[in-house]
Amino acid sequence: MNLLPWTIYVSFAGAFLALLAGTRSASAARWVALATAVAGTLLTLLAAQSFTPGPAMQTLVDVPWIGELGVRYHLAVDGISLTLLVLTGLAATAGILFSWNIEERTGEFFSLYLALIGGVYGVFMSVDAFVLFVFYEIAIVPKYFLIAIWGSTNREYGAMKLVLYSFAGSALVLAGLLWAYAAGGAHGFGLDELTIAATHISHPSQIAIFALVFLGFAVLAGMFPFHTWAPTGHVAAPTAASMLLAGVVMKLGAYGCLRVALPMFPGAFAACQPIIAWLAIAGIIYAGFIALVQEDFKFVIGYSSVSHMGFVLLGIAAATPLALAGAVLQMFSHGVIAGLLFAVVGRMVYERTHTRQLAALTAMPLHRLLPFAAVVFVLAGLASLGLPGFSGFPAELSILIGTWQAKPLWALVAAVGIVVAGAFTLRAIQVAFFGSTGARASSVDAHAHPLPPITLAEKSGALLLLAATLFVGLKPDVLLNWIVPALQSPAFQAVIKGGTP
Amino acid sequence: MNTPYGELLVALRPELCLVVGALVALAVDLPKSSRSPTQRLQISSTIGAIAIIAALVCGLDAGLPGQLFSGVFNLDMLAQASRAGVLGLALLTLGITAGTSRLRHPAEFVAIILFATAGFTLMAVAQQLLLAFLALELASLSLYVLAGFDKTRPESAEAALKYFLFGGVSAAFMLFGFSLIYGITGSIELPEIAHRLAMTDTSPLLMVALVMVLVAFGFKAAAAPFHLWAPDVYEGAPAPASALIASASKLAGFTLFLRLLWPGLGAVSGNLTGTAGWLPVVALIAVASMLLSNLAALAQSNVRRLLAYSAIAHAGALLLGVIAAGTSGPSPVFYYAATYGLATVGAFGVIAVIERTGPCHSLSDLAGLRTRSPLLTGCLFVFILSLAGIPPLAGFVGKFVVFSAALKLGGLAGWMALLAIFLSAIALYYYLLILKQALVVPAAAPTSAPLRVPPVAAFALLITAGLIVLLGLWPSLLLGLF
Repeated sequence: MNLLPWTIYVSFAGAFLALLAGTRSASAARWVALATAVAGTLLTLLAAQSFTPGPAMQTLVDVPWIGELGVRYHLAVDGISLTLLVLTGLAATAGILFSWNIEERTGEFFSLYLALIGGVYGVFMSVDAFVLFVFYEIAIVPKYFLIAIWGSTNREYGAMKLVLYSFAGSALVLAGLLWAYAAGGAHGFGLDELTIAATHISHPSQIAIFALVFLGFAVLAGMFPFHTWAPTGHVAAPTAASMLLAGVVMKLGAYGCLRVALPMFPGAFAACQPIIAWLAIAGIIYAGFIALVQEDFKFVIGYSSVSHMGFVLLGIAAATPLALAGAVLQMFSHGVIAGLLFAVVGRMVYERTHTRQLAALTAMPLHRLLPFAAVVFVLAGLASLGLPGFSGFPAELSILIGTWQAKPLWALVAAVGIVVAGAFTLRAIQVAFFGSTGARASSVDAHAHPLPPITLAEKSGALLLLAATLFVGLKPDVLLNWIVPALQSPAFQAVIKGGTP
Repeated sequence: MNTPYGELLVALRPELCLVVGALVALAVDLPKSSRSPTQRLQISSTIGAIAIIAALVCGLDAGLPGQLFSGVFNLDMLAQASRAGVLGLALLTLGITAGTSRLRHPAEFVAIILFATAGFTLMAVAQQLLLAFLALELASLSLYVLAGFDKTRPESAEAALKYFLFGGVSAAFMLFGFSLIYGITGSIELPEIAHRLAMTDTSPLLMVALVMVLVAFGFKAAAAPFHLWAPDVYEGAPAPASALIASASKLAGFTLFLRLLWPGLGAVSGNLTGTAGWLPVVALIAVASMLLSNLAALAQSNVRRLLAYSAIAHAGALLLGVIAAGTSGPSPVFYYAATYGLATVGAFGVIAVIERTGPCHSLSDLAGLRTRSPLLTGCLFVFILSLAGIPPLAGFVGKFVVFSAALKLGGLAGWMALLAIFLSAIALYYYLLILKQALVVPAAAPTSAPLRVPPVAAFALLITAGLIVLLGLWPSLLLGLF
């Protein structure tokens, strides 16, 4: 348990070593990166093994950092953070396996990648707002370089847009947190302390601060109408970066909303609940319809991420115990599934066919040329649209039932989103992999130039993520047993009690 | 009156070291000799470095004697810290100069850097209007010369002329303001002025005096709307001179400004809700600087002009810290100014190294820097991200302490802090443009040769980057001083 902070240190050390190793040989950098990510994953799994669920945050480290500001380097975990830490480990490992083919500036790529991962681990463990913010920003900056250097379509634009959105979001968060700190007369930045300080602030100011902090985090979670960075960024990013962006970085935003914004201002949250819920629902349906008409395969997945993250935000907005638990479960589930989908589209298909246009892909009999990719995509697609047996099912079901308990209308409208998700996922599967009937003629041509086979690294990465989604789909209790007790903490109880309209 | 000259001599040992060092550097270079300019540069910068290190040691050794020479000097913690900070920044500038300069008169350049530094250290300890003015002018006159030192480029002469004209006018304003203050209060010593001001009512004449002083400081600190000289000077001056203007001069200037405004003129600060005094004026200048510079910087294609607009933006944030210093004490402003100084010295140091072999004007001159010199790229990455305020670098903590101090003050200062935080998101755009050229864009053909970084400059840059990381991770090293 107490080894968990080492995930951060190991990642940063790995980032440094990968940079050094990269100056000698690319493959050394790859192995360093893989070893680092696996070590991180093992540390999270080891901690999960000995984890006893409970309502309290279990402190891992707590030492004074900046005495003048009352900042403490305070790391702690509960079931919610642990779920996301395990997700981070899995997504990081899979992402490295899917970027095994990076030949250009390999050391720098993995160095930035691991720095990002270290930041993400840090955010999920911080219970001091200052520390959380520091890790949050460490996770933002590498994204720019990952996309701008190794990306594809319109990469410099996509990278800048994504980073500016993220940074603007984090500026809102910083403004809100500092305002709460100053107005509430807090003596430190511990989340508990800020929560107490926030009660000293007048109600209108509370709503303003809550709006700043929530909006700041929600931008990163892809909340409508501030989601436009996500599809362009995901499309421009190299595969591993898209996997991480959709898989864990968007979760940073949702986690921030859940861990910081809600418990600090339960009263203000209750007042804003309907707005958040309707924005979440708008995101689910709007992004779903947009995904339905995309011609670029990666844009389909990009918008589907926004749609699925809408469910997370809806669960947070509904704020019943079931909806919150579902939201955390959906974060895990979407993290794994989005990783898989991006891996198939960006790595397995695009790197071999060099096109992502659905019109071009439909002319190739991909199900015969790349049967493994087709199988993985079909499974991931089914998981994504919430087929029982995969992790998406218990997650979205709990969110919808939980939302129904709060406000049936929200759940009814959001359920339309599930139908739309079914439509765009099935369309993508059909058009991309199972082509039109006219494809038969060109198949002869395609066999003359066979596509490179799927590598071992890709297979193991895909199997890792598939196993995770199946496991959680079949035994959601494992995660729910961590998450549900965490919701019993006084901070979340205040949200749940104050949050039921 | 028994004047304690002996005491004064002990307290001013750092300044003595600097002046003696400058004279020795000049004297050693004086005889006609067959040495090459590089050797002459090495000799004089070694002498300069020894002088500055001796000054640092003497300064740290002096203890905290407090008021000296019947109140002309005040050697409190702020003075000591800022004197050490100024000396450190000057030493780093000297390191960059030693590594990169191709000037024809190296000894003069080093000597003038030392004279400017003596001016800065005196600004840090001055507690009397006359000394403050003299120290400021000693520093300013040296900086005018440094700006025009590159006689091969007309831009350098233009920079010096502009800087001199603006600076001269602002000196006149300041002197006029000072003389009015003296006329109203009958004293030139800050404690005495504060005492008298607390007893008299605010008069229109006093307001004129305050505006004069603030205008003058606005010019010196390159705050909008008095910033017009800054982009031209940063662009035209030799890189080490720009580094000194942007770093040590800022730190010393803000120390003096803090001391003048709060302990000296604190009684007539007014408040931000509209009572007459200097606070509303400073607030106006701060907001104007932050807004104007961040917007203007978006359109820059020249690295140095970009850094100039970034300097104006940081001056705005520093003024916000000055406003908050009344309740929070000087530590946020000091931390901000010191760490900002480190980052700009570093950034200009990188430019200086690039300019040894080719131009470094437009942003595209940085293209492909990572293949030309990974060391410079790594250092530039740290400096620019620190300027942008990305944790865990020192620039972030600086912003954090200044903004939280302003928010604690509440009211208009709080809104200004929120504005500054939002503007930092805009600022990231232009900082990333610099890093994009260095890290993402491949080198263009004529400038793709690998860069050799002189060992002294490499050492100075690494120390600077190391300090930025260290102070970012352990901000208490500086914040804990006060």
